[in-house]
Amino acid sequence: MSLGARSATSSSLREQLVPADSRAVRHTQKFRLADGGLLDRASTLTFRFDGRTLYGYHGDTLASALLANGVRLVGRSFKYHRPRGILAAGVEEPNALVEVRSGARREPNTRATTIELYDGLEVVSQNRWPSLRFDAMAVNSVASPLLQAGFYYKTFMWPSSFWEKIYEPLIRRAAGLGRAAREADPDEYEKVNAFCDVLVVGSGASGLAAALTAARAGARVILCEDDYHLGGRCLSERSFLDGNSAASWASSVEAELVSNPDVRVLRRTSVFGAYDGGLYAAVERLRDHTQDCDGGPRQRLWRINAKRSVLASGGFERPIVFGNNDLPGIMLAGAVRTYINRFAVVPGRRAVLFTNNDDAYRTALDLSTAGARVEAIVDPRPRISAHCKSLAHRSGARLIEGVVDRACGWWEVKSVEIRAADGTIHRLPCDLVAISGGWNPTIHLSSHLGGRPVWSEQHAAFLPGVLPPGMGVVGAAAGGFVTSECLSSGAKAGADAAETCGFTPRTLELPRTDRESTASAPLWRVVSSRGKAFVDFQNDVTVKDVELAEREGFRKVEHLKRYTTLGMATDQGKTSNVNGLAVLSEITAKAIPEIGGTTFRPPFSPVALGPFAGHHRGKNYRPTRLSPAHKWAEGEGATFVEAGLWLRAQYYPRAGEQDWTATVRREVMTVRATVGVCDVSTLGKIDVQGPDAGRFLDRVYCNTFSTLPVGKARYGLMLREDGFVMDDGTTSRLSGHHYLVTTTTANAGKVMQHLEFCCQCLWPDLDVQATSVTDHWAQFAVAGPKARLVIRKIVDPEYDVSKTALPYLAATEITIGGGVPARLFRISFSGELAFELAIPARFGEALGRLIVDAGSEFGITPYGSEALAAMRIEKGHVAGGELNGQTTARDLGLGKMMSTKKDYIGRVMAERPALLDPNRPELVGLKPEQPDQRLHAGAHLIPRGGKATPDNDQGYTSSAVYSPTLGHWIALGLLVQGPKRHGELLCTYDPLRGLETLVRVCAPTFVDPTGDRLRA
Amino acid sequence: MRIRCPYCGERGSEEFTCHGDVSVRRPDINGAGAAERFVDYVYFRDNPAGVHYEYWYHGAGCRAWLKVCRDTRTHLVSSVVSVWDSSVNCEQSIQTEAIR
Repeated sequence: MSLGARSATSSSLREQLVPADSRAVRHTQKFRLADGGLLDRASTLTFRFDGRTLYGYHGDTLASALLANGVRLVGRSFKYHRPRGILAAGVEEPNALVEVRSGARREPNTRATTIELYDGLEVVSQNRWPSLRFDAMAVNSVASPLLQAGFYYKTFMWPSSFWEKIYEPLIRRAAGLGRAAREADPDEYEKVNAFCDVLVVGSGASGLAAALTAARAGARVILCEDDYHLGGRCLSERSFLDGNSAASWASSVEAELVSNPDVRVLRRTSVFGAYDGGLYAAVERLRDHTQDCDGGPRQRLWRINAKRSVLASGGFERPIVFGNNDLPGIMLAGAVRTYINRFAVVPGRRAVLFTNNDDAYRTALDLSTAGARVEAIVDPRPRISAHCKSLAHRSGARLIEGVVDRACGWWEVKSVEIRAADGTIHRLPCDLVAISGGWNPTIHLSSHLGGRPVWSEQHAAFLPGVLPPGMGVVGAAAGGFVTSECLSSGAKAGADAAETCGFTPRTLELPRTDRESTASAPLWRVVSSRGKAFVDFQNDVTVKDVELAEREGFRKVEHLKRYTTLGMATDQGKTSNVNGLAVLSEITAKAIPEIGGTTFRPPFSPVALGPFAGHHRGKNYRPTRLSPAHKWAEGEGATFVEAGLWLRAQYYPRAGEQDWTATVRREVMTVRATVGVCDVSTLGKIDVQGPDAGRFLDRVYCNTFSTLPVGKARYGLMLREDGFVMDDGTTSRLSGHHYLVTTTTANAGKVMQHLEFCCQCLWPDLDVQATSVTDHWAQFAVAGPKARLVIRKIVDPEYDVSKTALPYLAATEITIGGGVPARLFRISFSGELAFELAIPARFGEALGRLIVDAGSEFGITPYGSEALAAMRIEKGHVAGGELNGQTTARDLGLGKMMSTKKDYIGRVMAERPALLDPNRPELVGLKPEQPDQRLHAGAHLIPRGGKATPDNDQGYTSSAVYSPTLGHWIALGLLVQGPKRHGELLCTYDPLRGLETLVRVCAPTFVDPTGDRLRA
Repeated sequence: MRIRCPYCGERGSEEFTCHGDVSVRRPDINGAGAAERFVDYVYFRDNPAGVHYEYWYHGAGCRAWLKVCRDTRTHLVSSVVSVWDSSVNCEQSIQTEAIR
């Protein structure tokens, strides 16, 4: 039956396959060894690659399962669309990038070598069209002279108008990687904090030794492993510790660690960043290895606070640069051993090993043990140790002193041309070339805080430089590649870390290791090579590109990187950086340290955005603050609007109202005619108490508060130290040492911080305390000609609320509802006779109902922030549009508030000549000359008939609203010489909306300019 | 980066807001040259490479302003005291080094 055509879900697919199961499973996995590997062979997994159904086992990665099925062509390269296979077996993989899952969960550029195989995994190859095998864009390879280093800059220079419309879309289609999902991410993510004494990064031999030593000493240990199994290269090598396999030693250590309650072992967790103060960031993949992403967080972001850390991140093997070294079937020698030993997959039947070091020789033996034929070991070194010779002999391989000149083949490697030291050329057929140019310590985290890696001639690699405080580096990451050194350095670092944290470690008895040699002689590239010799596989950067960059003057590593893109993209040059540097060093005949080093920055490997957001998405992006009277407003049918964190009642629609503007008109007209009630609880409230409270407020406000009588409120204006207005609000004096400051809703937090700074840092001698009481009080404005009648019904009868007892700007403590303590202020934002009534927050909802009940006989209406805004503009009160951080008190017509008798924040700077310039725009009112014309905030003010040029820009409109009271649109604005130009005709120019409107300048107070209503 | 608040204990730096050099004093408004002094105070701040004291506000904690001694090159926090604490001399402890 045709499996490929089926679109059934994997589980049903499996059910249908049950009868043929074992046969099909064995049949497709032609490269799977009969036994061995860390696999659960009882658990067969079905997956699809480009529509083909394939099988693997639990324990496989996608890469190992593909190789087991004989799939070697996995992707197309970035620029030239060359066929690419699998180079590595871990996170450093530059070639085998695939798209995983589909729909909203589609994930591009995922490394096949790190995807844990699960049943039903769906994978497609990327950057090819129409198919992986026949990629139309492979023509790029022929056109490669066009696409070499810097080709964007050279080829697409002219005409510049072509960039956006033609060149960029063209380049993006031709060169690229996978496609991101287009829908919102359906998965859940979370963030957690963790604290420990010792963080161990990596669980190879050195990491396990470190964790074990620290844990046995009693330290709280967190051990993070990127992989789903602990053990690192212990799982990849056929090596022995105390006579048992290294993998079994690792699992025995794991068992001990897991059973220790002070140890947290995090598998599938990549520590991707080191930050100041011992903070490490890690991402744990909780459900990436399952078909089912529901039922819990997909990934978890860990913020690990560690007193000490041990970096045991191992190393990455280096490729050697030679012609066609990117063909599928060319693989790092260490990866070949991983596939054989851990996954029981033999990646080829006829192999050639090309190495410059002793370590890779065991690959030959592993291959021949796995049944592959090793045609030759090619090694440029003239002297080969007896140990290596014996390994070559045992694996049946010919030992050739020389280099691989180039690989041949179209879809995959078919043969290699070997140039022996004696000059002879050998052409050997093969389907696998195992390469090793030595190892680079994985030192990324060690340099995240700026410590520059140091070049070591002895290791021919960069070693960690100045380490982040508290970090120790061990094992291969520190350049100690042999197992014995990994174990001893790990144990020592674990002991040191535990000791610094106050524990007494005991010496760890280290297991006996095999004999290992890592002797090597640097070989970066084969100079005699023909064909494209790739330095950076992921970015298609060849030796020619590096040579070209050098010729054109890009001789420092940072320049080389930007010009050729070497070391960029998802792998960040894990397999290419050092080779690139070395090739440039050879070309320029300069030592590697002279060319520069690589700067590593977080993240170590790509991290999805989901875990950074965690639960902070959508509605949970930030907290929502609700007024204590929120439920009351809901009950009144309010529509809410976000104002900072707050939800404020915007307006209260009634049946029959056509739209919200009708609602707002009714609310305003009701307030102006009878009475309305508005929840103003969101305004900032700050209690200022102490013997020096008055003096303190005198210094933070430009006007004076020490002279404010008890029982009175006063409007205050607060400047910044640079002389501009910071915030405004009324402040009431409740007793001799007790003031209540109010702030705008938006600036409440900022003003609080400012007041704390002033009283704690600037004037610690003042005996005063400030505390935020915003959330302690619910506050309502009751406004309109009938407001007093409503208030009279609510306030307990013993309190006099008459005009004489409670005149405009009175502030007093009263009780309502038979003894509930409350505060009553005669302040008004609407311009009407108004009271603000404050009550402890828990009574907010009840007070709202009480006011509406009391006011119903007068036709009271609740009104929202829209009506409030309309009325304040009618009254000419400044708010957000005018308090925009660029206006001074004088600009707003409030210059007279600025005291000349005292010091206050902003006093000196407010007198700067530029702020006294008579041509600064000042506050005016604006009316459209045609009454039916609409005004908008943000329009420029230009002379009537004048051109819209910067020279003619005389100011701007700051707030605009339809005035229900006047029956037409009105606006506030800031206009050069504004107060002197009342009556003048101007033009508002709004290029955003394409509007020009004739307006007449007027006083900013449109309603009740004499204040009679206010004082009624 | 972690800051040991004298009131709340060690907390992550995201709970705090930095407000610059402690050694800078708000000038006197009286006397000649007040404008220049304030321009200097508001706009011209040193950017030392090295250890210096700066104000940090524990806004997501106890709301105390603190004097934090931090090395601007390494973010190493060597001492944290309340602004009331006059035992540290914030002016003398500055060790600057030429910025490379």
